[in-house]
This record gives sequence, structure tokens and C-alpha cells, in this order.
Amino acid sequence: MAYLLNTDKQVQEMLDTVGMSSLNELYSHMPKELMIDGLDIPAALGEIDILRNFQNFADKNKVFTSIFRGAGAYRHYIPAVVPEMANKERFKTAYTPYQAEVSQGTLQSIFEFQTMICEITGMDVSNASVYDGGSAAAEAVAMCRDRKKRRAYISAGVNPLVQATVKTYSWSYNAPIEILPQTSEGLVDTEALANIDQKDVAAVLIQQPNYYGLIEDVPKIVEVAHSKGIKVIVSVNPIAAALLPSAGECGADVAVGEGQPLGLPLGFGGPYLGFMACKKSLLRAIPGRIVGETTDDQGRRAYVLTLQAREQHIRRETAGSNVCSNQALCAITASVYMAAVGPRGMEDVAKQCYNKAHYLANKLQEAGFKLRYSVPFFHEFVTESPVDTAKLMAHLERHGLLGGLPLNDGGILWCATEMNTKTEMDTLVDLCKEVN
Amino acid sequence: MKLLFEKSIENRRTHYLSACDVPDVELPIKRKTPLGLPQLSETDVTRHYSELESNTFGINDGFYPLGSCTMKYNPKINDKISGLPGFTDIHPLQPQSTVQGLFEALDTAGQYLSEITGMYAMSFQPAAGAHGELASLMMFKKYFEERGETDRVKVIVPDSAHGTNPATVHMCGMKIINLPSNADGCIDLDQLRAVVGPDTAGIMLTNPNTLGIFEEDILEITKIVHNAGGLCYYDGANLNAIAGIMRPGEMGFDCIHLNLHKTFSTPHGGGGPGSGAIGCKEFLYKYLPGPQIVKEGDSYSFKDYEGSIGQILAFYGNTLISLRALAFIMAYGKDGLPIMSKHAVLNANYMKHRLSERFEIFNKGLCMHEFVITMEREAKGSNFTAKDMAKAILDEGMMAPTMYFPLIVKEALMVEPTETEGKETLDRVIDTYISIYDKVMKENTLAGQFPKNTIIGRPDEVGAARNPIVRYSNPNNI
Repeated sequence: MAYLLNTDKQVQEMLDTVGMSSLNELYSHMPKELMIDGLDIPAALGEIDILRNFQNFADKNKVFTSIFRGAGAYRHYIPAVVPEMANKERFKTAYTPYQAEVSQGTLQSIFEFQTMICEITGMDVSNASVYDGGSAAAEAVAMCRDRKKRRAYISAGVNPLVQATVKTYSWSYNAPIEILPQTSEGLVDTEALANIDQKDVAAVLIQQPNYYGLIEDVPKIVEVAHSKGIKVIVSVNPIAAALLPSAGECGADVAVGEGQPLGLPLGFGGPYLGFMACKKSLLRAIPGRIVGETTDDQGRRAYVLTLQAREQHIRRETAGSNVCSNQALCAITASVYMAAVGPRGMEDVAKQCYNKAHYLANKLQEAGFKLRYSVPFFHEFVTESPVDTAKLMAHLERHGLLGGLPLNDGGILWCATEMNTKTEMDTLVDLCKEVN
Repeated sequence: MKLLFEKSIENRRTHYLSACDVPDVELPIKRKTPLGLPQLSETDVTRHYSELESNTFGINDGFYPLGSCTMKYNPKINDKISGLPGFTDIHPLQPQSTVQGLFEALDTAGQYLSEITGMYAMSFQPAAGAHGELASLMMFKKYFEERGETDRVKVIVPDSAHGTNPATVHMCGMKIINLPSNADGCIDLDQLRAVVGPDTAGIMLTNPNTLGIFEEDILEITKIVHNAGGLCYYDGANLNAIAGIMRPGEMGFDCIHLNLHKTFSTPHGGGGPGSGAIGCKEFLYKYLPGPQIVKEGDSYSFKDYEGSIGQILAFYGNTLISLRALAFIMAYGKDGLPIMSKHAVLNANYMKHRLSERFEIFNKGLCMHEFVITMEREAKGSNFTAKDMAKAILDEGMMAPTMYFPLIVKEALMVEPTETEGKETLDRVIDTYISIYDKVMKENTLAGQFPKNTIIGRPDEVGAARNPIVRYSNPNNI
């Protein structure tokens, strides 16, 4: 049956050995009233029908051939080598590398991932990853709090779903959370930051580029925040980070982000990859697993899970977080992506995203769409729509295109990446012109 | 072996993009520090990861009896179905009318898992077991907030619990009541009665517990907590012994999490991604995290409930993982799941029975899907610890059992063979354990000597923590 191995004969031999007459006797000591009389689910299917069922589910989803929507999940080119390497059977099926002697492959690949994340973010220390960009931001806010400073601010320019995640975690911790307003230009209001008079503010969370695609003046925000003893957490897009000044370079204390753009498919939002990196001074505050370099009993270089005294399985209720799993396989995927594409390739990807978003913004403006903000943007931007947004999106969908994300206030958040060709963008704009 | 960074050669690369087909635009600001990623060809990259893979112990390299981790075979079809473009290439924010197949699959998985666990509904938003625990406890918190019972801040956690349990309680701003187990490793009813009261928020329990023992007083346990006004949460890490046989909902639990990467065979990925689906009784439904998938007429949609604890991830969860669990349930079906559990329990009892010829086993009676060896006697008598035994096992080309857990058993080795091992493998493993044991006891000088055959020997963990090196630094840049 399915994936069982023991034949009836083997089962009988084993039962004989343990002195039992039937499999049911294994449960003879259980409360009788709890034993159930069969499950109300369908009978077993063969693999051939399992595949049919799932093909049927998959066929009912629409795969857009052309996507102009980001808002936290980005369609990038994934080189063929990336899933091929990352999904090798041993990487995929191994357990957490607690037994270092037989887990050097997983451990070294995570150590390399940590180094790459430090390079992207300009930080000294990275953990082995957490669930996603939202939970990474929430964990980062928690790691910045101390007994006296429990309040945190989130910039209104942070992805609303990330904001929502941070709010849930903060409510759970009984820690106050407030929103830092944005200027009419869509950027962090540094005056409002300067005017915060509470003494219990631990950190401010900002996003670069922000939710509206705009490039924030991170050094300025850091200067104001630090003058008030407030730590700065920057949620960074790892593709944009190939070209923009790194969070570390800008003086931020913690960098987090969603690693999905680094070779992970859209997959309806998961599994994704939360990354977290910080300055050396926060090494013992960062949650999650960390791989460290050491030597073995013969002096050879070796890798182990380290600084475990921070973690829940040692510190239990005094641990800073309950996080146990990381997203190891997603971290390996991102590492293979960064290794294959390389620094020049990452810069090319980022530059093409930037160029194409600007081409698209120009074309849409020619078609009557007005840009909401005038400050520099990276690969996402907001327009007002000259026509009914729902009608526009429906028209695009009929032609197999996923348009920008309609915002609650009537704007549209567009995104372009290296995947969007000039022809595709011209088609999009032509289709937009057809709606009135 | 060398690191990627040590293989890097200036100006080496593989091109994946064509020349840009739109005009170049200048960036207003640029990073000053160069991006220090390795510069490699695709050949270098593939050789590197092939070598790393060979230094990794996967589930098909041999027996993998990690107690509490349920390392069962990961069926290949599950990878195939979750890799269909209809799932991998859909955007989390595309119109809900265009992801009806995905909603149908998750709704189906939710129905099956609710039936298996005795719950009203499931949510697939939590990304891992600890995340599911967190969501469950947040739901308790929200429930009591709404009822104005904000004094209910104490959560009872037995001392045999996973470390995530107390850490989760802390993250919910609640207090832990650590409940010492009785001599058999189970809940002491009198002690439980003594700690419950008007400040009790609930209890966190896994059953069978982390020793592989079924809490036979479970109905009384949940009744005591409920009578005190508290709620009962089931840590589903150990469902593999009872799937299709008993339902946590009928034991009196109000909320559960399931590690789909354990009982439902989704791959562990070297530490993740997992999926920590949660289920609850109807009175807690509206508190579930994120939006719920609801069916109205023939169509599915996301619905936000007023009482929800809110988002615990930016998007919906580790969807591509959760789909695999549905495929797994389909493969066993209604009659297969209980047999799966029985085989898991038989395998554990068979190993326990035969190993008890040499080893001291903590579990006195029948065990469930796992059991605990204690090496306390050997550690004292021959200085041969649980760690020594584990490392000696690694030398034989098999994974060691879980070491030093649960914390209440000294020198613990926790063995969980799962149902996806045949008797012939179990016999070989048992013979190997016994032969190691006999050799060690005879020679009496082997403490600290293992492993000898692995690609590294014992690493210096103390040194790693004392002088942390957590990233590669190019010696030429310092």
C-alpha cells in the first residue's frame, strides 16, 4: 500500500517477536472511546490519478504570460541551473544539519548564503534565513527591542502585507507599534521622525525601494533616527541592492528582505525566503539558525550550527524567538542563483529592471497615465489611471497580461523586470489605449 | 573543500540575459562598495554544488531515525505535482478568479486534514511547526481578549515539551507554567489540577508525547483545563502514530498545528521550508491567521474575518509544500492512513523490543511511533555517552537518532524508524547498534573516538561559539 515496505509475512514476524497477535493490539492500552471507525475521505489513488487530479487543479489556474505586477513578489528569469542544482535529492531530503559530520554540504552552502547576504546588504552578520520577508521584518523589530524601549515605528511606505505581519507579532508581544507618515512625495517623512518625542522607541522599519517603488534617502533617515537613539531596520529588495547603496553603507543597523527575487518561483507566495542581516554588535540578538566556521579534531576547516545558546531549544522561554525551521532549501536556491548570475550579472538584471520600468513609465505617460510621484523610482511606480481601473485590468487579462496592482486609492502600482520585453510593453500600452 | 568565494576568478561569468532592448537610463545614486559575490562559470557552479551534495546525508542515503522529526520517504510524485507551472507561475496578488484550482486543492486538503484531526477548519498560512504554534497561541490570546479575560496569561507546558513551546508562550506575552512529568514521563493529574485556575490560558501538549508515550489520561487532562476555563492546544509533531486511528479533536483539543513535513512526508529541505498548517474547532475559526478560503456556490475566494489575529506572513504560506501533503493523503486514502500509522508503531516497537536486549529503554510499556534509549548507565560506567553512540552510528553510514532530547531523560537517544523502513533494514540497524555496543563495552577505551569515517571528525563547537566566524572574508580585502 502506497509507500509501505513490510509485507504481511514480515508484519507477522515482527508481531510474533514483540508478542502480539495483531496490529490493533499496539493500541490496546488506549481509551476505547477515542478509537475511530474509519475516515470519511476518498479511497487511495494510484500515482497516475494523483497526477490527473493535480493537473486538473493546475489547469484551473491562469498562468499569465506577461506580468506587470510586483508588490512584494517578482517574476525574474530563473536560469535553468538554479532549480537543477538546488533540488538535488540530498539537499531536498536532508534534515536540519545538527550532525555536522555528515551535513557539511548543507552547512557550507548556508555559510556561503550568509556571506552573500552580507555582501548584498553590507552587513557583518546574516542568519540562515527565516520564513519570508514579512516575518523577517517582524523578527527584526523584536530583536531591536529591549526592556526600556519597546515601541517601534513602521514607515507608511513599507509593503502593507509586511506592515500587517509586523503588527500581528507586535500585538502578540504586547509591544506598541506606530506608523511613520510619508511626505506628499511618497517618501519617509524625516521631519515627523525628528519630532518623535517618546523615549521608548527602539526602532523604525523602512523599505528600500519603498512599496511605491521610490528610492528613499536612507542615510538621512539613519542620521535622524540615530540622533534620537532609534535603530534603523531596512527592508531591501535584493535585486535593487545590486546597484543601490547597501543598507550597511547607509548606516542602518539591520537589513531584512524577501529573497524570492533570487531564483524562487512566484508560487502563489510561498515558499519564499526571509533574510536577516545586522551589524556585528547585534550578533547575539539576531534570531534563527546561524552557521559558523570552526575546525575538526584534526584541524581541518569545518562548519557547524553555532551560537545556539540564543535559540529556543536551549533557552526555551528566555529565547528571543521561537523560530526553529529556516528556509534552507530556498536559501540554497538563492545561493545558486547568486553564484551563477554573479556580481556583474546581478547588476545587469537590476539595470534592465530599472531601464524597463522607466521605458514603461514613459510609454504609459504618453498614453495618458499620470505618474503620482516625481522622485526617482527603481522598478515599480504608481500611476493614476485615465480610465476605470477594473475595466482596464479585465481587458488586459483577456489578452493574457497581468497589469499593475490596483491600489485602494485608485492608483495602479506597476512593475517591470528583465522578463518584460520592449514588444510586450508596447503591446501593454496599446491595449491600455483601447480602453476608454 | 573550497568555498565558492575561493574559486572566484576576476571577470569570469555566464551570461543569462540578452542585450537590453530599451534605452539605458542613469541611476541617481549607486552603491560604493562593490558587490563581492563570486565570479564563476556555470561549470564551476555545478561542480561546486555536486560536491556539496555529496557531503550531505539525504533520506535515501540510509536509515534516518531522528526521533520527533519523522524522517519518512518523500515520494517523488509530490515534487512533480507541486512543480506544475499552474502552481509555480501564479502571482500571489493575481485575481482570485484566476487561482480557483489552487483554492480548490487547498480547500480539499483542509477538508481531509480536518477529518483526520477532528477539527472544523484548517489554515495553511503558517510556514513551519513553530509558526503554527505561534498562530495557535495568538488565537488563544485573541479569544481571551475578546471575552475580556485578559488575566488568562498562564500556559501550562510539560517539561518534556519541544523547546519551541515555551518560546512561543513568551512571544505571546504570556507566562509559562512548567509542569514536571511523573516517573513514567506523563502528565501528573494532581499537579495539573494544582496549577490550573482563573489565570490559565491553556495547555500545550503533544500526544503521544515526546517520549513516544500515549497520555492515557488525555480526556481527563483536557477536561481539567477546560473546567478551569482554559483552552487546549495540540502540538501535531507526533501525529504519525495516530493518523486515521484517533483524532486530537476528540481528545478535547481546541486547536492544533501539523508539521506537514513530518506525518505528511513533505521534504525537510535541510531545515525547511516546512508547512505548519493549523486547525481549530468552530468557536475559534474566525481567529485563524490571514484570510480564509471560502466556497460560495461554485467559486472560491479569500475572506477576511473581523476577529482574525491578522497576517503572520506577507502572503498566504508555503503553498507549494502544502500541495504535496494533499498528494500524500490521496496516495494512502481512507483505509491506508491508519495502516500507515500502525506500521510506524510496529516498526518502533520491534526495534525497541530487540534493542532492549542490550540498551536501557526509558519507555517501559508499549511505545508509539518512537522510543527513547538512555545511555546514562554507560556514560557513568564506561564514560560512553549518548553522543559517542550517535557518532559511532554515523560511521556505519546511517543517521544517528536524535540526541539529548527530551530533556527529562539523561543521555537520551530518541529513535523514530517511521513506516517507510522494511524489517530487513531494521534488523541490520539493530545488529549494528548491538555490535557497536558490544565492541565499546569490551574495549572500554572508545569514548570520544567516533566518528572516524566521515568527511570531517568532531568539530570544535565551543570554539565556533567563542570566536564566531559567520561569513567568509576575502583575505585580500582586509
